[in-house]
Order: sequence, then structure tokens, then C-alpha cells
Amino acid sequence: MLVQFALFIFQLLVILALAPLLSGLIKKLKSFFQIRKGPPLFQSYHDLFKLMRKDSVVSENTSWLFNAAPVVSFASVLAAGLMVPIFTTALPFGFAGDLIAVVYLFALARFSIALAALDTGSSFGGMGASREMFISSLVEPAMILSIFAVAINVGTTNLASISTEVISQGMTALSPSHLLAFVAFFIITIAETGRLPVDNPATHLELTMVHEAMILEYSGKQLAVIELGVMVKQFLVFALLANIFFPWGISSGLDAGIAASIIAFSIKIAVLGLCMAIVESTTAKWRLFRLPDLMSISLMLAFLAVVFTIIMRGG
Amino acid sequence: MDLTYLFLGIVFTYLIGAVLSVVLHRNDRFVTYASFISSFIASVLGIIFSFSVMFGDTFVIDIPGSSILQFGVSIDKLSAFFIMVISITSLAVSIYSIGYMTEYFGKKDIGYLGFLFNMFILSMILVVSASNAVMFIIVWELMSVISYFLVIYEHEKPETRKAGLIYIIMTHVGTGFIILSFLIMASASGSFDFGSFQGIGGQLSPALKDMAFLFALLGFGTKAGIVPLHIWLPYAHPAAPSNVSALMSGVMIKTAIYMMVRVFFEFLGADVLWWGILLLVVACISSLLGVMYALMEHDIKRLLAYHSVENIGIILIGLSVSMIFMSAGQPELAAFGLIAGLYHLINHAMFKSLLFMGAGSIIFSTHTRDIESLGGLIKKMPWTAFFFLIGSISISALPPFNGFVSEWLTFHAQLLSTNLSNNLVTVLVLGSGAALALTSALAAACFVKAFGISFLALPRTEHAMNAKEVPKTMLAGMGILSFMCILLGILAFHVAGILDSVSAPIVGTGIASTITSGLTIGTVPSFAGSISTTWIALLLILFMPLPIILLRSGITSKYETWGCGQPFSTARNEYTATAFSKPIRKWLGNIYRPHREIHATYANSHFFKTSFKFESHIEEVFEQYLYEPFIELTLAVSRSFRVIQTGSIHAYLAYIFAVLVILLISIITGGI
Repeated sequence: MLVQFALFIFQLLVILALAPLLSGLIKKLKSFFQIRKGPPLFQSYHDLFKLMRKDSVVSENTSWLFNAAPVVSFASVLAAGLMVPIFTTALPFGFAGDLIAVVYLFALARFSIALAALDTGSSFGGMGASREMFISSLVEPAMILSIFAVAINVGTTNLASISTEVISQGMTALSPSHLLAFVAFFIITIAETGRLPVDNPATHLELTMVHEAMILEYSGKQLAVIELGVMVKQFLVFALLANIFFPWGISSGLDAGIAASIIAFSIKIAVLGLCMAIVESTTAKWRLFRLPDLMSISLMLAFLAVVFTIIMRGG
Repeated sequence: MDLTYLFLGIVFTYLIGAVLSVVLHRNDRFVTYASFISSFIASVLGIIFSFSVMFGDTFVIDIPGSSILQFGVSIDKLSAFFIMVISITSLAVSIYSIGYMTEYFGKKDIGYLGFLFNMFILSMILVVSASNAVMFIIVWELMSVISYFLVIYEHEKPETRKAGLIYIIMTHVGTGFIILSFLIMASASGSFDFGSFQGIGGQLSPALKDMAFLFALLGFGTKAGIVPLHIWLPYAHPAAPSNVSALMSGVMIKTAIYMMVRVFFEFLGADVLWWGILLLVVACISSLLGVMYALMEHDIKRLLAYHSVENIGIILIGLSVSMIFMSAGQPELAAFGLIAGLYHLINHAMFKSLLFMGAGSIIFSTHTRDIESLGGLIKKMPWTAFFFLIGSISISALPPFNGFVSEWLTFHAQLLSTNLSNNLVTVLVLGSGAALALTSALAAACFVKAFGISFLALPRTEHAMNAKEVPKTMLAGMGILSFMCILLGILAFHVAGILDSVSAPIVGTGIASTITSGLTIGTVPSFAGSISTTWIALLLILFMPLPIILLRSGITSKYETWGCGQPFSTARNEYTATAFSKPIRKWLGNIYRPHREIHATYANSHFFKTSFKFESHIEEVFEQYLYEPFIELTLAVSRSFRVIQTGSIHAYLAYIFAVLVILLISIITGGI
């Protein structure tokens, strides 16, 4: 019981503490490609602390929902965080939700923020909410199919079991379908974390922004909570990518293996962050109506991954 | 024996409600209380009855009759489950109606509606209890005709009459197919008793069996509202009073699913692979097109009606996957699929009735169904908004509410198809997962729109500005179903066990030991995956205080919404529902075939517009390309028959004579 509780606290601290670091890391890597120094690695922490100290200005059009949305979205992202293996596959709440539940908890976060965006009565909010829900409609089918591709490979949807199962399969796990599903999921990650070419996290230009438009009316502490929630979500999606597809090195409990696990995870996340930075640095933002093409690619790759697995099993 | 009295008690309470409605119809207030309190009491009795059957044995009443005209009631666990769904919904709707009907005081005859309302619920209960095909058809027709009269309650409006006409035609076409299907089965069993239909599939030739399946699919599919037989829903549901639409959409269309389970599984055995595949394809198309059309609607009740098409599709995905497993001889997996379908069925009954009552409340206090003219209702009608929000979250399948549980189960039913040996079928079923995912994402988009545009921000018109919270009885009705949505979500582990006892007799095996353990629901052992909505709910509640503490301190000041430095915080600057759905309209342009017109008039030069009109609509593809050609063909054929309809009595006598001669000749020559 005590071990379980320790694991619970450990997991929470890890996701809350490391999420801003990942944001900083990607920013730093992007700056490298743009041949500039960029903000310090720990700038995201400073930003959050700064926002926490500020007062909030809230639109007078809003209702209680505007204040509830950051709370709900933050709580749902944290709840999802307890089901995603980071350093260890020993998750006290691993049974409570599988990969599908994690995806739907993210959807709950998105739903609440989209409603809050409409609550301000601003055109920006409406535009952002409309685009966000449009993009999520594009993402969802590809996401579920790539989840299916992974799940039928390993015979489970619970995340910790996926990791252990992939490890036990050894190098044979790296089948074509596994890699296809990985690429499909990587494209989804771009969309889910609001990065180029889907959304530009650095923009404040009304024609291009999606997520930023939704949270335009938030300020101060509320903004800090939302930003932290977004960072945690990004961290979790990266962790999914790392530990579903390349789980090697993850420890099975809170023991000596954890040190190796931390190193392995850091390398994986750094490589994925580098990939993301390369993608972001080499592509321009796409028009909103070209996104269906991108997501169809992801959908087709995921579908191929499913077909591959089914064909490979024979019968 | 007790149960017999209880069942008769239910029937008579509804009948008393109906009679009282007629007797007291002169006093609006008396008749409202009399009829809806009767239906409330009957619903309570119905819930008690259904629970005692669900945890007991099959309940039978035989009424002696001739060999063809037999009447009887036979209530097994499946029937009891449906009686429970009907009773819970009608309980909430009855309470709601007490407040809702005040809208019609002095304008319409409340007694007329009260009579039909009680009879309608009674007929639905009899539909799921009938043990005989003849009795079934009678009560089924009763249900259809009563619901027709309920749809045309506001018959002074021409569009209501049109809706009623479309509904009555469609439902009768459906009944025709149902009779054909029953006749095929009765011809083999030699009796109209449902008991004799059990496993009749084995005695029918494959061709007849397929025909019985197809006729049943068409017949019950019309009532359920599968695409392309769905066209009556978006007319009938908005036309009916909201408490009636809540019952029609929430429960009546489910009676068709009830008979599908009976006919496909119990009577025909569900042992033909392509049946399941056909149903799966139909289900995916229904769910996708249902939600896509819903997204384009601004009429809140038409929007909800299209969502019924979508959700029937989701229910049928579970059902069809279960049929595929049955045909592959995997009853354990079939049980899982059936549980998924039944779970979504009860969920849909709860949240759809809730949402229709919410829509009714909006109409009650704003007198408009157009969400473009609403806005800001969350401040005027906080409780209605809260309940509508719960319904929206549930229908968008977000955890930890009930819609999520059933969609999760459906996803896993699809994943279980890896146990099938046929590769092509496996890929097809897994591919249908993408359809379900798209459906649920679009549903979430649609309810962000429906809730956000009607309840949030500033009121767009006078209608919304002057809205007031609805009476407490209406709120109580919605509150009950909201509570049920939450309960069915967080008590998933318990509900799944109950549903297993319903599905076990149908597929022949129970999976209670694997589907639930502790507070968790999981899939069958061959495929691991588990969730616990109870724990998800607890975790969400646990984490909420954290940001609240962070947010509590400090000063929060109010200021107008940022408008690029200009004072433009008015309702005219808000995003509209049309704009909200624009990206999706453009993306799926091939399906919607949108066209828009812009008319502007100018004064002097084209820089000064005096008026500006924008119109945007989508094509009703099915009505335009499927039904209209059919109607025209029918009319053309009947016009060509006009040639022989001269109107002269001599001509008709000649026809009769000619027919007589032809018949005599054929009998003499032994031609027949």
C-alpha cells in the first residue's frame, strides 16, 4: 500500500516537474536550427511562476464554466498521467484506464477548453474552438486505428502491459506494422500537441492560431494552469510515443533499475524532441484545409499497420 | 403470482391515467396532474417489476384464444431490461411533463395528450412483452399510430402535418416488411407464437432465412432510423412536443432494437456471416451520416434527431460485431459485443431523453428552436444549462460519464475481432473502429457547438435575453436522467454485470466473471484491457482541488472581451453555429454538397451596401436522390393506371366480367 502511494506521488511529481522542461528543450532545439540562442532551457518554469504571481482579468461575458474549464482540463490531464508509464511500468492506477481512456481524457480536456473559448463571446474563441474540434475530428480516426495496430500486436490496450509485452518480444517487436503505427502516431502527436504544420505554438496571428485563439481571454493564474496542463499533455503524448513503441530500458518498479530507466527515457524523449524540432523547423504552417491530407496519410499508415499485423499472423 | 398483479397494476395504472385524462380534460391543471402522476406511478411500478424479473425467472401470462389469435405476455430478462429502460425514461419524462404542459394551457387540449401519452408508454411496454406475432403486430401498430397522433399534436402548423405524414408512411412501410418476415417464420413453425419461432432459422431454407433477415432489417430498421430509412426522424422529432420527442427518440426507436435482437439472435440464430457484415456497414454509415448531418443543423431538435440516427448506428455496431462472432461460433465474444450494444442502448435512452427535455426547456422559455438566436442561457437558466451540459458530455463519450463506457466497450468488441480466423472480416471490423472514432469526435464537436452557441456568451436575440429558468418539475425530470448518466458511468462495473445476465440467455454463455472484477470492467481473457470509470471519477475529483487552490488567491478583475483594441464586445461579434461548423462543411463538401447565395443591394456605388443577405444550405441527398425519384415513379405508374379508370359503371362491370371469365377458364383448364 505504501509502495503504491509512493509510486502515485512519484508519478505525479515526475509529470508535473518534467513537462515544462520538455517544452523548453523543444524551443531550444528549434532555436538551434534557426541559428539563434533561444530562451534558456528553464524559461518555461520562469514563465509559469511569473504567471502564477499575476492577477487575472476575466471577460465580463463569461459564466462559471470559464473558471471551471482550466480546473477540469488540468485534472483530466493529470488523471491521464497516472495511466501512462514514464520511468516505470508499475503504475498504481494502470488498471483504471487504458490507451483509449487516456485519449478520451485528453478529449475531455479539449472539450472543456473549447467550451470556455466560446464562453467569452469573442470571435477568436469561436474560431479557435471550431478549428480545434475540426482538427480533433481529423485526428481521432487515425489515432484509434494506430492504437488498434499497437494493441493487436501485443494483445492489450493497458499501457504498462503494452510496454512490458513489447520488451518481452525483443527485437521482433520492431515489425513493419510497429514502425508504420509509430509514424502514424508521430503525425498524430504533431496535431495533438499543436505543433507545426498543424498549429503554431509561437504565433499570435489570428489567421493561423488554433490553441492560442481558444485561450486568448485567459490571463494570470488561470493561464498558468492551462499552460501547465498543455505542457503535461505534450509530455504525456511524447511519453506514449517513447514507451509504447520503444519501451526498452523502462524499469518494472521503484527499484535500482529506475536510474537506468531515467537515462533511457531522457534519451528517447530528447531524440523525439529533436525529431519534432526538425519537423517544425523544416515545414511551414499548412492551410487548415490541407490538414485532412496530412491526417489521411496518418490514417492510411495506421490502416496499413493493422492490415500488416493481420496478414503476418497467417490464417 | 405477485408479479402478475404487479404487471396488471402497471397496465391498469396507465389505463387509469388515460381514462382520467379524457374525463378531466376540461380542467387543464387537474388533467395534467392526473395523467402524468398516473404515468409516474406506473413507471415506478414498471421499474420494480423489471428488476424483479431481471433477477428472477421469466414471467408469463397466457390468455387462452384460438390457434391464430393468441394473446399472451412473456417477459424474459431481455424484455425486462427494455421495460426498465422504458420505465426509467418515462418516470423522468412524466415529472418533466407536469411543468412542460403548462405551456399548452388554454391553447390545446391537455387531456388529449395525456390520454395518448399514457397509452403510448403502455403500448411500448406491451411491444416488448408480447409473446405472439399477432399480438406483437397489434401493439406495434398501436404504438405507431399513437405516436403519429402525438407527432401531429400541434396540427395547426402545416410543417407538423407534413412531418406526421412522412412518419406514418415510413412506419407503415416498415410494418409491412415486419409482417412479411413474421409470415416467413410462421410458415415454418406453424404458429404465430414467439416461443415456436425460437431457433426457427434452422428449419428455413437458406434463401428464406436470408429473406426473413432482410425483411426484419428493413422493417425494424425503419423504426430504428438506420440510413437511408432515417428520413422521418428529423421531421417527426422536432414536430412533436418535447416530452414526446424525449420518449420517441429515447425509447420508442429502441423497441426496434429489441426486436432485432430477438429476431436476429433468438429466432434466426445469427449464424450467417454476411448478416453481421451488412449490419456493420449499415451501422457505420448510419452513425457517420447521422452525426455529419447533425453538425449542420441549427434547429436544436433536428440536431438531436440526427444524433439519434448516429447513436442507433453505434448500438448496431455492437450488435453487428456480436452477430459476426456468433456466426464464427464464438459466443463469449458475441456476449461482449451484445453487452456493448445494450449498454449504449440504455445510455442513449438516458442522455437523449435528457437532451430532448433540455431542448424542450429552451423552447419553453425562449420560444425558438434556432440555436443561432440563443446564447447566454447559462446565466438565465443555470440548472437547465447544467443538466444539458451533463447530457452533452455523456453523448460526446467523455469519461467518466456513461457514453464513454459503452463506446469503450464497443471499441474493445471491435478489437476482439482479432480472434476471428477470417482476415478480411477482421480488417473490416477493425477498420470500423476508425468510423466509430470519427463519429465520436464529430459528436463532441457538435455538442461543443450545440451547448456553446445556445448557452454560453451573450444572448443573441430578445428571445434569449428574456429567458427564465423553467419550473422545478421540469428541472427534476432532467435531474433524474442526469443522475442516471453519471450513475451508469461510474457504476459501470455493476451495470456490465447486470447486462451480462441479460445477454447470457441470448448468446448462450455468460461472461460476468471476466467482464467485471472489483471496480473495473475488462475484456475477455483472450484480450486484455481494462478501465475503471469509478477510479477515473475519483481521480478527477481528487485532482480538482489542486488547481482550485492555485487559482483561489489573488485579485480577479472583470473587463470586456478583448476586441483588438476596439469596443466590440456585443453579441453580433460572437461566433455563430454556421461559422463553427464551416471547416467541417468544407472538408466534407462531397457529402453535404453545400451551396450558398449572397445577395447584396447597393446605394449609388458598390462601396455602400444597403442590405446584405447570406444564405447557406446543404442538400438533403437522400430525399433528393432516393426518395423523390421513387415518389415520382410511383406517381407516374399510378397516373398510367388512370387510363382504365374511366369512371363509367359499364366499364367497371366489363372489367369484373372479364376477370370472371379469365378465372373460370383458368380453373377449367387447371391452370392454377
